[in-house]
Amino acid sequence: MLKNLRVTTSKYIDETSRISFKFNGKAYFGYKGDTLASALLANDVHLVGRSFKYHRPRGIMTSGSEEPNAIVQVNNNTALTEPNVRATELEIYHGLEAASQNCWPSVHFDIGGINNFLSPLLPAGFYYKTFMWPASFWEKYEYVIRHSAGLGKSPTEPDPDIYDHKYIHCDVLVIGAGISGIIAAKTAAKNNLKTLLLDEKNEIGGSTIYQNSEHVKINDQNSSTWLENEISELRNIKNLEIKTRTSVAAYHGYNYLLARENLTDHLPKNEKNKKIRQRLLKIRAKKVIVATGSLERPLVFNNNDRPGIMLSSAVKKYADYYGVATGQKNIFFTNNDTAYESAISLNKKGIKVKAIIDIREQSNTAFTKEAENLGIKVYRSHTVVNTEGYKKINKITIMELSRDGQSFASPEKIELDCDCLAITGGWTPAVHLFTQSGGKLKFREKDQVFIPDIYPSDQISIGSSNGDFELDDIIKNSTKSLKEFLNINETEFDNLEINCPKDNEIRTIWLLPSDKVLGKTKPFVDYQNDATAKDIKLALKEGFKSIEHVKRYTTTGMGTDQGKLGNMHALGIIADTAGIKVGELGTTTFRPPYTPLTFGTMVGRNVGEYFDAFRRTPMNDWHIKNKAEFENVGQWKRAWYYPKNNETMHDAVQRESKAARDSAGILDASTLGKIDIQGTDASEFLNRVYTNAWSKLAIGKCRYGLMLNEDGMVYDDGVTTRLDENHYIMTTTTGGAANVLGKLEDYLQTEWPELDVYLSSVTDHYATASICGPNSKKILNKLIPDLDLSDESFPHMSFSNAKIDNIKCRIMRISFTGEHSYEINIQANYGEDLWKKCMEAGKEFNITPYGTETMHLLRAEKGFIIVGQDTDGTMTPIDLQMDWIVSKKKYDFIGKRSLYRSDTMKEDRKQLVGLITDNTSEVLEEGAQIVANTNATPVAMLGHVTSSYYSPNLNKSIALAVVRGGKNMLGQKLFIPMEDKNINVTIVDPVFFDKENVRLNA
Amino acid sequence: MFLITCPFCGEREQSEFKAGGEAHIERPKQPTELSDDEWAEYLFMRKNIKGIQFERWNHAHGCRKWFNMIRDTSNDTIKAVYKMGEKPPVK
Repeated sequence: MLKNLRVTTSKYIDETSRISFKFNGKAYFGYKGDTLASALLANDVHLVGRSFKYHRPRGIMTSGSEEPNAIVQVNNNTALTEPNVRATELEIYHGLEAASQNCWPSVHFDIGGINNFLSPLLPAGFYYKTFMWPASFWEKYEYVIRHSAGLGKSPTEPDPDIYDHKYIHCDVLVIGAGISGIIAAKTAAKNNLKTLLLDEKNEIGGSTIYQNSEHVKINDQNSSTWLENEISELRNIKNLEIKTRTSVAAYHGYNYLLARENLTDHLPKNEKNKKIRQRLLKIRAKKVIVATGSLERPLVFNNNDRPGIMLSSAVKKYADYYGVATGQKNIFFTNNDTAYESAISLNKKGIKVKAIIDIREQSNTAFTKEAENLGIKVYRSHTVVNTEGYKKINKITIMELSRDGQSFASPEKIELDCDCLAITGGWTPAVHLFTQSGGKLKFREKDQVFIPDIYPSDQISIGSSNGDFELDDIIKNSTKSLKEFLNINETEFDNLEINCPKDNEIRTIWLLPSDKVLGKTKPFVDYQNDATAKDIKLALKEGFKSIEHVKRYTTTGMGTDQGKLGNMHALGIIADTAGIKVGELGTTTFRPPYTPLTFGTMVGRNVGEYFDAFRRTPMNDWHIKNKAEFENVGQWKRAWYYPKNNETMHDAVQRESKAARDSAGILDASTLGKIDIQGTDASEFLNRVYTNAWSKLAIGKCRYGLMLNEDGMVYDDGVTTRLDENHYIMTTTTGGAANVLGKLEDYLQTEWPELDVYLSSVTDHYATASICGPNSKKILNKLIPDLDLSDESFPHMSFSNAKIDNIKCRIMRISFTGEHSYEINIQANYGEDLWKKCMEAGKEFNITPYGTETMHLLRAEKGFIIVGQDTDGTMTPIDLQMDWIVSKKKYDFIGKRSLYRSDTMKEDRKQLVGLITDNTSEVLEEGAQIVANTNATPVAMLGHVTSSYYSPNLNKSIALAVVRGGKNMLGQKLFIPMEDKNINVTIVDPVFFDKENVRLNA
Repeated sequence: MFLITCPFCGEREQSEFKAGGEAHIERPKQPTELSDDEWAEYLFMRKNIKGIQFERWNHAHGCRKWFNMIRDTSNDTIKAVYKMGEKPPVK
């Protein structure tokens, strides 16, 4: 029989709206307003998971995003499943299915629990120490470790949900809608500032909203009633936008913040469909007000991790906000006054509080007095030394502390039965976002907290995230800061009358003493990663000093919760052990995201075909219709090859290559970068950017150019045509177009502003069809009968304006294949039409469309390089055996001086050569290493293969390669060592085909 | 993510810009007259200061203009932006 621990009604829980859900396969119900955690607690389910390393039973500890234990796998659908969801944040909905993580076969009987008994064998750095040797065993270790490591299961299918990104600009961003955030947002918005108020919870109001103590009053009203009125006014203020279920993940420089807005996770299954699930907000705020509140600290003592041990503030919230009793025999364990307040609240709801254990000797406030008046037994100067109960706490043992708090006043032990232990170790301001933004903290000794000190941008922290924990301090200090920050004279909160009892000082003991030696205890510091005080002390003993090293060695603070609860204790224990002050030690770095983000949120709409922009040529539809396979070149989709009748790629490329040399081929060259260059200094400019001379290039002529970086390395190449006296059109490689334009602009604007030159990218303005082969002339003649194509009037490397069916085009007689060849450039929207006309005119010559693969093969037969394939940013033109293109006469050009550096002049640099294989049918692998000696180990690697093909026109395998000192190794035999054999190769001249260039003019 | 005030377009997101390394390194007018060491000094040597750094930036996805920027690399505050060829407004 399930117990129902919903003991009181709450206005935040709609008991008319019952919601059924499943946890670990079992059906439960809760109400609208419940989180999975509150609904489970109402059903008396505390055991929700197993710990990461020791597989110890764990329960719900908190009521918010800082939860370390109650992280669950939601949805067992392979596409929608999500691991590591905090049960304390997950709002229940109809059809919710959640399950415990990190346990097998079940949370009640978990085989991994054996690790708990083996724990003496699993100290800090266990993996580092154990799996180091023998090195050859690593693969075996890794297999086992990978299977037992990790939290939860990833989805195995694409995420069908929709995610979104949105930019928001505002005057004031307020993070956190507790009482200080609400005061800030209202003040800012009422002063005509466009204000955005965010809160990670589903309701605003923070913890004040369910505060219900007669000791805490604002203007004679209960503080929660006062705040409710404020909130109802807030909803009507223009200029103010409120977003709930929105967690700020990152706070970057210049007040740029990322937040995740959760839109459908709380909706019933059938209402989620086709709605945006989560949205990443990219917020640029002029001013930021951080009001993120504070996180309650646990206490570190032996076995402080059992189900039923919870933060005191969580116990209070489950009772006050959700109407749920987390236990019927509650004991509080505290070092401060807030536990008394919580105990009173429970008591008034009829939830039994058996005792309060207080490590302080004295406390005397309205709350402590009231607790005692209610008959709650208070043990002062006492500490818990042990807890019992495997799947849920059932007993604690307490002892009286000595005055220094490090040992005991007497050996007497008291055992107390309980079913819930509410612990509180004080409060830690949530300074995560502040420090992410670059803010510097200072340490306050009094209550051992880090608080904001130096602000890196236009921002302030207020409320308890700024170290103000009591209501009167919060309101007074917040309004004072706000007036200064927003430059205003008054706020409506200046003269509030606030009544709240002053707390007595807290007493911080980072690691509470135990009656057992430390080695025999388990005082957890990081619950999620199972790091104990013992591990931290061991790390220090082993010589780790830096807090960052201790963190990584012990994995403290490295879980999905990033150690929100225990990081301060880790610092405290290190400081105590090392005999220094926490303030001197500093903190580890707080990194985004504050709470985990889904990949979907980060990626937004940029999935599938929207992952990256792509570019298509005007002839693209024709390529698709004619069954082309495509390859990506930069963002371009280029036709790769055109398989016919189920041809393999090899067969298609062989056929295309043969056809291009035997009769005619046609290539879509539209993707080549095209830069229009105009101005009276255009020739001088080209002289400076290319290695060869340009001043004497006649109008109507084309020239190949090689462009270097200032370090002398080849950067790009292409043919440039002189269209007119002061007008050139430059072509670049497909992938290099944007960078070349950028580089040229850089020189023009910064080094040579005196030059009269203008550049514009015209890549997309023209479509280019390149027809090549012995019959290309006849085909062009059919297309443009009135154009004189004789070698005299239209020789190789020249240009002509022409018209095809009255459409203007530019024709260059240039060749990348070594064949007689024409490049026809036409206004882009006529591209497909031009292509079809070429195909029609070439029909009788069996004109064959070929793709990039055949283009690569044909140019390799001619030994023409492809920048980026045969070069890799370390090749000079001399290395490429292209000395002929480097002008000796020109005084300067980009990269010239570097060609005379001692390093670039070395004889044994890698140089471009041709390779042929002894076995002419053996095609080398591109990237394969080249060696001279197959027996040596280690063997000297002389270079590698850069391009390799089987040439159908030569009937043999050919390759280009870069080889150390290769220029002087013609005829030398070398080896390509492969996994199963050594391939014998010979170094040859890189020009394999038609060395005399007879075919260019054929 | 900085907010950068392009001297031609005004305040824009950093994502519109491209960083171009240290500023005020002029390309030698007569490279062939330089020793290997002198050329290497121009070619390779760049400062990487914690503090005030002079940088070149390009409004790559905007007006495409190059300009100079003075940035404190220790806290990413931008002290000034100014056009190419202009003298730095602050030391």
